[in-house]
Amino acid sequence: MYDVIIIGGGVVGSSIARELSKYDIKVLLIEKEDDVASGGASKANSAILHAGYDPVPGTLKAKLNVRGNEMFDELCKDLDVPMKRVGSLVAAFSQDEVESLYKLYDRGLKNGVKNISIISADMVKEIEPNINDTIVAALYAKTAGIICPYGFVIALAENAAQNGVEFVFNQEVISIDKEDDVFTVKTQDKEYFGKYIVNAAGLYADVINNMVNDKRFSIHPRKGEYLILDKEEGYLANTVIFQVPTKMGKGILVSPTVDGNLLIGPTSEDIYNKEFRKTTYKGLEKAIKGAKKSVEKFNERKTITQFTGVRAVPDVDGEDFIIGESDVKGFINVAGIESPGFTSSPAIAEMVGEILKDAGLNMVEKDNFNPKRKPVIRFNELTDEERNELIKKNPAYGKIICRCETVTEGEIIDAIRRPVGAKSIDGVKRRVRAGMGRCQGGFCSPRVLEILSRELNADPLNVTKFGGRSNVLTAKAKEYLINSYKELLKSGV
Amino acid sequence: MEYDIVIIGAGPAGLGAAVEAYEKGVRNILIIERDSYPGGILQQCIHNGFGLIEFKEELSGPEYAERFIEKVRKYGINMMLNTMVLNISSDKIVKAVNQENGVMEIKAKAIILAMGCRERPRGAISIPGTRPAGIFTAGTAQRYVNMEGYMPGKEIVILGSGDIGLIMARRFTLEGATVKAVVELMPYSSGLTRNIVQCLDDFGIPLLLSHTVIEIRGKERVEGVTIAQVDENKKPILSTAKYISCDTLILSVGLIPENELSKSAGIMLDPVTGGPLVNESMETNVEGIFACGNVLQVHDLVDNVTKEARLAADSAVKYINKMLIKEGRHIDVKAGSGIRYVVPQMVNYENIDDKVKFHMRPTDVYKNAYITVKSGDKQIIRKKMQRLTPGEMILIDVPKDKFLSDDLSPVGEITFEVEVV
Ligand SMILES: Cc1cc2nc3c(=O)[nH]c(=O)nc-3n(C[C@H](O)[C@H](O)[C@H](O)COP(=O)(O)OP(=O)(O)OC[C@H]3O[C@@H](n4cnc5c(N)ncnc54)[C@H](O)[C@@H]3O)c2cc1C
Ligand SMILES: Cc1cc2nc3c(=O)[nH]c(=O)nc-3n(C[C@H](O)[C@H](O)[C@H](O)COP(=O)(O)OP(=O)(O)OC[C@H]3O[C@@H](n4cnc5c(N)ncnc54)[C@H](O)[C@@H]3O)c2cc1C
Repeated sequence: MYDVIIIGGGVVGSSIARELSKYDIKVLLIEKEDDVASGGASKANSAILHAGYDPVPGTLKAKLNVRGNEMFDELCKDLDVPMKRVGSLVAAFSQDEVESLYKLYDRGLKNGVKNISIISADMVKEIEPNINDTIVAALYAKTAGIICPYGFVIALAENAAQNGVEFVFNQEVISIDKEDDVFTVKTQDKEYFGKYIVNAAGLYADVINNMVNDKRFSIHPRKGEYLILDKEEGYLANTVIFQVPTKMGKGILVSPTVDGNLLIGPTSEDIYNKEFRKTTYKGLEKAIKGAKKSVEKFNERKTITQFTGVRAVPDVDGEDFIIGESDVKGFINVAGIESPGFTSSPAIAEMVGEILKDAGLNMVEKDNFNPKRKPVIRFNELTDEERNELIKKNPAYGKIICRCETVTEGEIIDAIRRPVGAKSIDGVKRRVRAGMGRCQGGFCSPRVLEILSRELNADPLNVTKFGGRSNVLTAKAKEYLINSYKELLKSGV
Repeated sequence: MEYDIVIIGAGPAGLGAAVEAYEKGVRNILIIERDSYPGGILQQCIHNGFGLIEFKEELSGPEYAERFIEKVRKYGINMMLNTMVLNISSDKIVKAVNQENGVMEIKAKAIILAMGCRERPRGAISIPGTRPAGIFTAGTAQRYVNMEGYMPGKEIVILGSGDIGLIMARRFTLEGATVKAVVELMPYSSGLTRNIVQCLDDFGIPLLLSHTVIEIRGKERVEGVTIAQVDENKKPILSTAKYISCDTLILSVGLIPENELSKSAGIMLDPVTGGPLVNESMETNVEGIFACGNVLQVHDLVDNVTKEARLAADSAVKYINKMLIKEGRHIDVKAGSGIRYVVPQMVNYENIDDKVKFHMRPTDVYKNAYITVKSGDKQIIRKKMQRLTPGEMILIDVPKDKFLSDDLSPVGEITFEVEVV
């Protein structure tokens, strides 16, 4: 019997898991995909730590955004996750748009955002020499940052696991029942029992809520398409460059990534099926055109990959996060977590801790909670002396597997063996960047597959790209031939 | 560590260069290769067709490589396997890493770049759709089938008609899989004619020219692709869209010379070939650093790689013996109308023995055309060609005396052109 069962291993579920791992309680996180940050918005988003001038004052969004943003310095240090406070600009390209800057500025002040100012075109040019010359002014927020989104979630999960939280993967919650204060959570092949449920299922938080609550809501998917450009184009942006927001969101941004690539997007389009996570000609064209409004100079032919993120838009009034205990006692919703949900996640986790306490969970702090996650060795960032010392201790660090990003076998083995380790090609990729460079795994993926199969003791045919039925290989050589001969023989030819 | 010549890459280019340098008298040679076995891309090319010019035989890739590997062994040339070069500097210090020695710095009098090339991935061509398993570049698929013994899929669509894609179409078929179509954006194939005949026509695999894949479908594994015809501007004509169900999409959409290392040494690259700018001696703009094979320009025949490797090695030997002339009269080489690029991109007249071999590719398919070489308005060479296609490299020898103008001084530049009659 668990004290708390968290459903969903996105940034919200993982933040909550890590927060609850500070206490002497038994916690389980259930995720339907094969990894954290693999199924939902936490993997595919703009990766921005928002300063907090967007949300309407007084909302949970406003409060949790500003608080969450502040928490990242310490968190990223403890968890060994790359994050950069590069600052953000909301760029106005006409006088009309300048008006909106002042509105945002006011909101920012009301929300308690520090270090914001409206700056002139000349000052913008100084910060962003490659921004288009039509720039008139910008709202400059120094506290905005960029982060590796899946890297952060993985680190949270590892640290939570290290501190005792259990994780199960490839288990989709299909029903929840409550009897005598105990919830029975059913997945396709198991049952779990818990006193409290935290619903952090992202796009599917409505489905989970509606399994137990009479008070139903629904969540609509709104898609955003992105392009990632080669590191050669990374110089074009030093800060996150937003445009003046519209009804559909914060518009298209141009931003550096923590790894030095250039990120462009997202579009904003309501879709009807939560699983329609595909990029389209139209969408990508829109993203490119939109981004050219801010920075004309980028070369879209230097795209190395494209992806889609899906926002979870709730149908309730007020456009705020839905966080709190529902009518069913012990069932806590953390739903409708749209942007700035990533930035808010550590503050959301704190809040959920409070809610659980108020709901009667006995939360005694552990005396052995370790806030620090064992650092990850990144060969690429070491000096030659450090590299040599490391290779002497562990020769696997002397073997380069991913040549574009200079990732060694040692790092890949580490990624697999860590708590909440990688189980698929994409899992390795998200942990150590093998396959994220300009050749996108063409060279290293067979080698990563080999290491995975060895480390996990799995037949190469069972190694997947990202769990489920995403197997990379389909048969042994000659198998199709042998099978077709067998068929022929059977039919008597 | 110090060597006369350090060669990076043990594919046919690197091996050929090592053998040649040894035969020209240099003993202190090091080959560095990141793989556990020499041979480069040839190790996964188990089809035949290698060595027709070099050995007058039809060898498989590994057999062709083996002829050079044997010589390297016989000569006792140093080879460091499982060793990755991390960067090189303009003063010819090579930084490499392996499991036994850790990170090491190796000083070279001359360096020969022979790192080969890599394939263009999906992102580079931006096909919209989902991102399931089942999308491979042709070379990756080739490695799985030929070296690891696994099939990447059963019902296959191939995008791009480059040689590796064509060869894999045949290979998959022989393995009992079905290749539903080879889809090519251009109005012509970018592969060798002999490969179209032997790999597609002989097996009844359709080649759809002026077509492309406009969407990938499938959540976990590829379930199908939508293809469409393209117009003259290569924009898809949506009314021609057609769905093909398949579990695998193979990309054979071009190779890019592997020049990350070259950049670290300050070597200037040709924006068209993606390889270094070189002169008649295969020397880059950084003195004493030479290049050959696919790192210089993507070749379609390994025999030409070997030839180029010999030239690079000869020049490196001359360079360390101070016999390569740096000063002197330079001739610029230009790609004129109908020609996409020419290698080498410049010539130092003083270093020509008797002729210079130029490699080039046409921009389009031409029938009954001439390749002309001009210096100013004067035509110095005119060669009749049956058929020109971007998929087949053109080789033109220009004899030394042709570089001279009427007053017997070297010309300032020469231009290669396609002349259609
Ligand atoms: C396009 C886009 C751009 C964004 N940009 C930013 C930004 O720049 N900054 C920012 O702060 N925020 C941004 N956001 C918002 C942020 O990404 C989200 O708020 C945040 O990731 C939500 O996290 P989550 O954990 O709630 O959801 P998710 O990450 O979607 O996680 C939910 C998890 O639940 C699992 N799950 C679902 N159903 C079940 C089930 N039945 N059983 C088991 N598991 C289940 C899913 O597989 C998934 O892993 C952006 C969002 C989008 C879509
Ligand atoms: C799939 C395929 C099929 C082909 N089919 C034919 C055919 O049928 N007939 C024919 O005549 N030709 C064919 N060719 C062409 C010919 O084989 C190639 O042009 C030739 O192999 C190129 O040789 P190379 O030595 O330049 O490159 P490669 O063979 O690619 O060798 C480069 C070597 O450099 C190493 N290397 C790269 N970077 C580093 C580093 N940083 N540190 C250490 N080592 C490094 C690599 O591991 C590799 O071993 C084919 C080519 C390909 C790719």
